[in-house]
Amino acid sequence: MRRIVLAVASTVAGLVLLFSYRTSTNTGTGTGMAATAVTSSGGSSGDGSSGVSSGSTTLTGSEVNTRWGVVQVQITVNAGRIVNAGTVQLPDHNPRDVEINRVAVPILNSEAVAAQNAKIDVVSGATVTSDGYIRSLQSAIDAAHLS
Amino acid sequence: MTAWAAGSMSRRAWVEQIMGMPVSLHLRGPRAAGDSAVEQLVTALFAHLRAVDALFSTYRADSEIMRLNRGELRLDACDPLVQEVADLCAEATRRTDGYFSAELPAPGHPTGTGTTAGTGTAAGASAGRRWFDPSGLVKGWAVERAAARLTAIDGHDYYLSAGGDIAAYVADPVSPAWNVGICDPFDSTRVLATVPVRSGGVATSGSAARGAHIMNPRTGRPASSDLLAVTVTGPSLMWADVYATAAFARGSDALAWLAGLDRTAALVVTADGARHATPGFGGAEPARRSTSDGQRQPTADK
Repeated sequence: MRRIVLAVASTVAGLVLLFSYRTSTNTGTGTGMAATAVTSSGGSSGDGSSGVSSGSTTLTGSEVNTRWGVVQVQITVNAGRIVNAGTVQLPDHNPRDVEINRVAVPILNSEAVAAQNAKIDVVSGATVTSDGYIRSLQSAIDAAHLS
Repeated sequence: MTAWAAGSMSRRAWVEQIMGMPVSLHLRGPRAAGDSAVEQLVTALFAHLRAVDALFSTYRADSEIMRLNRGELRLDACDPLVQEVADLCAEATRRTDGYFSAELPAPGHPTGTGTTAGTGTAAGASAGRRWFDPSGLVKGWAVERAAARLTAIDGHDYYLSAGGDIAAYVADPVSPAWNVGICDPFDSTRVLATVPVRSGGVATSGSAARGAHIMNPRTGRPASSDLLAVTVTGPSLMWADVYATAAFARGSDALAWLAGLDRTAALVVTADGARHATPGFGGAEPARRSTSDGQRQPTADK
């Protein structure tokens, strides 16, 4: 279990770094990135509907300033598998953000779980932009294999 | 290191931001993780993609494409890759009855909504003009060429996906295919089908991810398609992508046209939510069955 936690910790940090990379190179706004430390609340149980039991670990990425505001990612892992993934913080201060978030948050939750159930290796869809990547199913699949 | 790896097959992923989108590379095989030669190859692959982007980007004022469009560079003085792409774009226009075109309204054109065939706005073009924007072909072309470098790693499987357009390869006949999930454009919380792919390309065009971004070259306006998404599989990612883009612009008779293409299969989702697949579209089935919401199985429709 210890190994798994470490692997996931680096994954979350990796995602956070990835996400911040683009915003920091493409916007003039302050994108001072939060430290990429990852907190682990071991043993927390996710929602019952996804079958998360007491052996799961929830990992929360640090807050990252993006063009649209602060984003924070959270992944729940059980026995080396992502059983839930989501964002604990997303910007909601303008209509476009709200529109994005209304759609994006449920996607991340259901797709990350569905992907592993269906053993999907890769996802094809209308072009995923960098900004949408962190919320995409592909990012969850990538996360499972970034070493 | 790879606490995730299941079974004996080592698998490793890399992700980089190139061409304004995430590019994911997955490698499967005994040397996938922790091999310095493999790492070098992967580094070179991403560097190659960045170099191609520098050549073709419509976001970069100093790219050859932008210099070409400003009249500072003639096509015959461009990098041979630019000339190769220009030839391929002409062929793509022929193969698609004009539904794919790299001759697009320049940004700032009254009907331009900013993006055309996967590209974005770029400054410096005057209104009403048409310019050469091969972006709709370059991505698939570049990804397919870059991915082919990975065959140098003997006995390894790979896929390279740029924003959801995928070049895949499975080296060993006994290895499992890559399972490609096709996003449901009508409800993107679902994967509407999975397709096993051993070798070739998978590309999806549609309006789901970024709003209308495909132009109908025949009208110069955003495609007012009655399609939500078109996914095309075939031996070449570049052509799969071109065909998907053209089919989307073509609209209602896209399926019949796609069915007539050699070694090409497709899944089309129409605006009413109906799904139709060409006879060759393999493994099309809902990844998650719902009970009574009227989901239809992809059906042969020719």
